[in-house]
Amino acid sequence: MSKSIDVSDVNIYYGDFLAVQGVNMSIRAGAVTAFIGPSGCGKSTFLRSLNRMHEVIPGARVEGKIVVDGQDLYGPGVDPVAVRRQVGMVFQRPNPFPTMSIYDNVLAGLKLNAGKLKKSEADAVVEKSLRGANLWNEVKDRLNKPGMGLSGGQQQRLCIARAIAVEPQVLLMDEPCSALDPISTSAIEDLIHELKDEFTIVIVTHNMQQAARVSDDTGFFNLKATGEPGHLVEFNPTKKMFANPDDPSTEAYISGRFG
Amino acid sequence: MTAPTAEIEDQPADWASVRGGIGDRIFSGAALAAGLTILAALAGVFIFLLAKGATGFSKPAGVYGPHAESFLGYVFPLLVGTFTASIIALIIAVPLAFGIALVISHYAPKWLSAPVAFVIDLLAAVPSVVYGLWGAFFLAKKLVPMHDWLHATFGGWPILGALFGEPSTAGRTVLTAGIVLAIMILPIITAITREVFSRTPRLHEEAALALGATRWEMIRMTVFPYSRSGMVSAVMLGLGRALGETMAVTMVLSVGFDLSWNIIAQSSPTSIAANVALKYKERSADLLNVLVATGLVLFLLTFLVNFAARWVIGRSERRMAR
Amino acid sequence: MTTVQEVQERVHIPLVHPRLPRTAPVIVAGIAVALGLLLLVLGMGLVPAVVIAAVAHLVVLPLWSVFVEGRRGATDRMMTGLIWATFLVAVVPLVSLLWRVVAKGAGRIDGTFLSYSFFKTQVDQPVGIYHAIIGTLIITIGAAVISVPVGVMAAIYLVEYGKKNKLAKAITFLVDVMTGIPSIVAGLFAFAVFTLVFGPAYVSGFGGSVALSLLMIPIVVRATEEMLMLVPDDLREAAYALGTPKWKTIVRIVLPTALGGILTGITLATSRVIGETAPLLLIAGATDRTNMNPFDGAMTTLPVLIYGQNLRGDAPAEAIAWGAAFILIIIVMVLNLVARIVGKIFAPKKG
Repeated sequence: MSKSIDVSDVNIYYGDFLAVQGVNMSIRAGAVTAFIGPSGCGKSTFLRSLNRMHEVIPGARVEGKIVVDGQDLYGPGVDPVAVRRQVGMVFQRPNPFPTMSIYDNVLAGLKLNAGKLKKSEADAVVEKSLRGANLWNEVKDRLNKPGMGLSGGQQQRLCIARAIAVEPQVLLMDEPCSALDPISTSAIEDLIHELKDEFTIVIVTHNMQQAARVSDDTGFFNLKATGEPGHLVEFNPTKKMFANPDDPSTEAYISGRFG
Repeated sequence: MTAPTAEIEDQPADWASVRGGIGDRIFSGAALAAGLTILAALAGVFIFLLAKGATGFSKPAGVYGPHAESFLGYVFPLLVGTFTASIIALIIAVPLAFGIALVISHYAPKWLSAPVAFVIDLLAAVPSVVYGLWGAFFLAKKLVPMHDWLHATFGGWPILGALFGEPSTAGRTVLTAGIVLAIMILPIITAITREVFSRTPRLHEEAALALGATRWEMIRMTVFPYSRSGMVSAVMLGLGRALGETMAVTMVLSVGFDLSWNIIAQSSPTSIAANVALKYKERSADLLNVLVATGLVLFLLTFLVNFAARWVIGRSERRMAR
Repeated sequence: MTTVQEVQERVHIPLVHPRLPRTAPVIVAGIAVALGLLLLVLGMGLVPAVVIAAVAHLVVLPLWSVFVEGRRGATDRMMTGLIWATFLVAVVPLVSLLWRVVAKGAGRIDGTFLSYSFFKTQVDQPVGIYHAIIGTLIITIGAAVISVPVGVMAAIYLVEYGKKNKLAKAITFLVDVMTGIPSIVAGLFAFAVFTLVFGPAYVSGFGGSVALSLLMIPIVVRATEEMLMLVPDDLREAAYALGTPKWKTIVRIVLPTALGGILTGITLATSRVIGETAPLLLIAGATDRTNMNPFDGAMTTLPVLIYGQNLRGDAPAEAIAWGAAFILIIIVMVLNLVARIVGKIFAPKKG
């Protein structure tokens, strides 16, 4: 049961510096939403504000409302730890915990919440999550080997397995393929297609073809000028965005005239 | 920087010129000599201690008296004293140092972590003799009630009772010496662990936070596993310092010769280093040989501990580099 | 893949957990302080009262939290409290020590204390620590004169010439190990060398300098090495490309670039050895007179003087010991301060 995300009037700061200004959008449940835009336009910053990871940087803060399942993530009394439990995240570079085995990596998040798991339950979760991440067949014989021994693409799918093991409602992906080769990238893209039945997926990508291939909706972020805050230029279904964008700067970016 | 070009213009190019070559040879020779000096110095420490101390291992029984008859009998209580004080120091200093390192690397806001680190550096800057003075004239007296309390509370317990026997009335116990030692080795353990803690990749920390970990859970999941070997070697370097530290024990501890488990006894065996500092004045040639021999034992001991610590650190750096 | 029941569970999960008010730590701290004051009023000693108040704070907050926020929140709060507590525990001895030294030592300082030695030519002549200050300066400068060239040149070998060959690796490793040599062993080494060469009764300031340099060299090597490695290779290559010989490149380009850091390292190394006692007891001895000749006869330094007064233990001796400790701490602090300022001034300009 995935959830929609309603964003209204969000401003994001690093200290006094306004990085992203005035974002409004409605992210559909059970769909893939992609954010594109030139470097430094704040798309990753905005993504990180969707599970309150932005504020782990000292001095960083967020204004505005981000509502998931009727609850404002930045409302009073909201526990960021609980938010991150519901809104999972996959990072730009694969980052399995180096000292843990594949098995323990998958369970890392779950162990925090559940304390002691029964061996059979744990086995079931590991298998289900690894199958969910299309990794089970490749690693089922070496679950107790360290996660760092896998290839880059496998490591990234392990990180996805780790994120979906805690059964979040939303899965955020911050340029998940930028450190991977084309074959691993296509494996991840296939996986994103399968995962959208269960999770609301938001993905930041540098690669416009990837956005066109995997997403249902696309948001285009841009800077008004150098030194100005980033903002959301256009948010539309991906088909429309790539065929007939509303904004001329979107078309310029998509057709490769800048960025 | 223009001088060499000018020279080249002045005369026909001489590719085989040795002018630069001679300067280079002298300079690199001097640098190499300096490096070899260090090797020689370290070897010299061993050779000269051996030359001066070799006879100290097998003197007539009278030299070791009145409490021992052989070198082994002489050095054993000193080893016990050295290790007792050092282990007490480690037990106190290690948790504190790890905590302070975490304050600096993860808990303190940015503007506060530099001052916190500065305060700990100040602890390192205080000369050991001043610690000794403070420990002997101030801390020892202040700790007398704690000694009484430890004895009254734990004296009857099965294992702890042996450690906290009849308490000293002056506070100049091996426990007090260990506490002073702990303060002295705190900065080095803190410095190394804070370095390895802050080198934990941000990527892993964020991975833990994104899974919904609290700050402490994040530290347990990422920082500690990543820093394990650094922490081990920091503890060992701290141990090396504690084993060799002289003044704290010399000035604080009231020396006795009875081996007992009681760490709050009126007097306890002193450490090797402190024993040298206390006895060197009796410039009898025989005893001096024995003292140098004990110094050789201490040198080899600390060398081994430091060697092991550096080896652990080096190994982990190679592993992380891969 | 998911069962019906699981799906229903995931339909609505509240993000708002019950949490303690933001002021909770302050409230609990207030209660703990009140408890401590109450215990003081009831006649308990200062130290136990503070300890009990601190423990109360560290226990009550997690206990409160465990009922409101659950086990994980409580653990996090407890660890946060404990970790900050470690720092406070470490500050207590530092403050106590500095306070003692200032309170007991500052009052003893005056013109005569700094300008007279222990050696009395008349019965009622005042005593001072002049001879120890001079001894400290001479022996420490001697140690620096030995250590700085050897240390800096060795670092140059390691970074510029050795370039990771076997010898350089061995030296680097042994320098690391050398930083852990106990100071008393350095003293015994100097003692063994000089008594073997010059006979059993030998004492001199120079011997002390040799012992201290054994402790100082590894610190200088490490600091210089680190700084030289920070100099970018581009600079060296630019100089080579102009036809500059390697040694001139090092002397004119590399060393000036790293100068600030090297000076900082040398100053810090000096402040480390200036407070050494044990090696000087053995080889430099102690005397009441001012001795200006480092190659002949005993020479007292401040730490040795403090130790000697501590051994005597009577009240005037204790006062002199604290006074000398005060001067020693000031010297060390000034050196540390100078090191920081030098580091700031010579720091490579950014941007």
